Amino acid sequence: MNKKLSILINGLIRENPSLVLLLGMCPTLAVTTSVNNAIGMGLAATFVLIGSNVVISLLKKCIPDKIRIAAYIVIIAGFVTLVQMLLEAYVPALNKSLGVFIPLIVVNCIILARAESFASKNTVLDSMMDGVGMGLGFTASLILVASVREILGNGSFCGIPLFGEGFQGATIMILPPGGFLTLGIVIAVVGVVRKAISARKAGKEI
Amino acid sequence: MSYFTNIMVISLTAILVENFVLVKFLGICPFLGVSKQTKTAVGMGGAVMFVMTISSAMTWLVQKFLLEPLHLEYLQTIAFILVIAALVQFVEMALEKLSPALYESLGIYLPLITTNCAVLGAAILTQQKGYDFVETVVFGLSAGIGFTLAIVLFSGVRERLETSDIPEALQGFPSALIAAALISLAFFGFQGLKLG
Repeated sequence: MNKKLSILINGLIRENPSLVLLLGMCPTLAVTTSVNNAIGMGLAATFVLIGSNVVISLLKKCIPDKIRIAAYIVIIAGFVTLVQMLLEAYVPALNKSLGVFIPLIVVNCIILARAESFASKNTVLDSMMDGVGMGLGFTASLILVASVREILGNGSFCGIPLFGEGFQGATIMILPPGGFLTLGIVIAVVGVVRKAISARKAGKEI
Repeated sequence: MSYFTNIMVISLTAILVENFVLVKFLGICPFLGVSKQTKTAVGMGGAVMFVMTISSAMTWLVQKFLLEPLHLEYLQTIAFILVIAALVQFVEMALEKLSPALYESLGIYLPLITTNCAVLGAAILTQQKGYDFVETVVFGLSAGIGFTLAIVLFSGVRERLETSDIPEALQGFPSALIAAALISLAFFGFQGLKLG
């Protein structure tokens, strides 16, 4: 049980896909204009990640080594199509605001990277936990970046205004340049915090 | 608006106003990954431009003559990614035989392109915009030119960053992202361009 939990936490914090491994940058920049979009994108990617991890680890013995990447891509694309249809049917507004980035989950490096480096080598249950951890880690970092951008740029959180009528948002934060700027600073802060934590741990051991 | 003006508008929009990398956030991974040197950036840009043009044309044909007549539009994502993956393989093999010199220079970048979201993004966007065949090819080529422009400009900035004195926390990736923010800001000036 302990191992399962550590796999989960690994994805959430230690190897957070977008802030530490720096994978899946495109959606991290593109959909973080509002917290709602970030949650939607994060959960859609999590669903695909869990599904593809489970199926790939089930099929790991049947897939010939030479065509494994192609096989992974087809499995992932199948799940993405599923998500696309579900979103279109139940939350059309979200589907519209995420736009082209839903089909583009197919080429999100996080999902292929986990398939190749984790699901193809581990048991079904472990792969599922890895999918959940990585997916939630991705969602959490999307929410983090989106919160900064939405609060500074729009003065709201999840669409709820925070500062009253007089607040003039810094529109630049919602625009593309703000995306690069916020992500750069967030990654720098995360790096500093990680260093501080590991320094403290090293200090304890001595 | 004549057909030719229309084509020009599509082209300029894809290169400058809605630059794939800096405004639409497509193809960020190679943009950040292979932009450390101008030379490799030019190679990657060339490969993307090449594949993007052909893949836009191919996926347009697949959509028109295969998916639509058979009412399989819901398989678009799967079909497109397979077309692109196969195409990249094919281009790699063809280049190796036909033009070894070009293959040498693009070689290592070609396999990376399958997972470049700009290529699939261009294919899907042309379908959403309802372009005809010529418009699609022009859009694919222009998007590739826009990508090349962005990555080459950015690599120039990064070569300078390499040697400058940056606070420790910002070294590497964060400083690159902040530099990208500034370039993106510059490209934002093109938003005021009134085309058509």
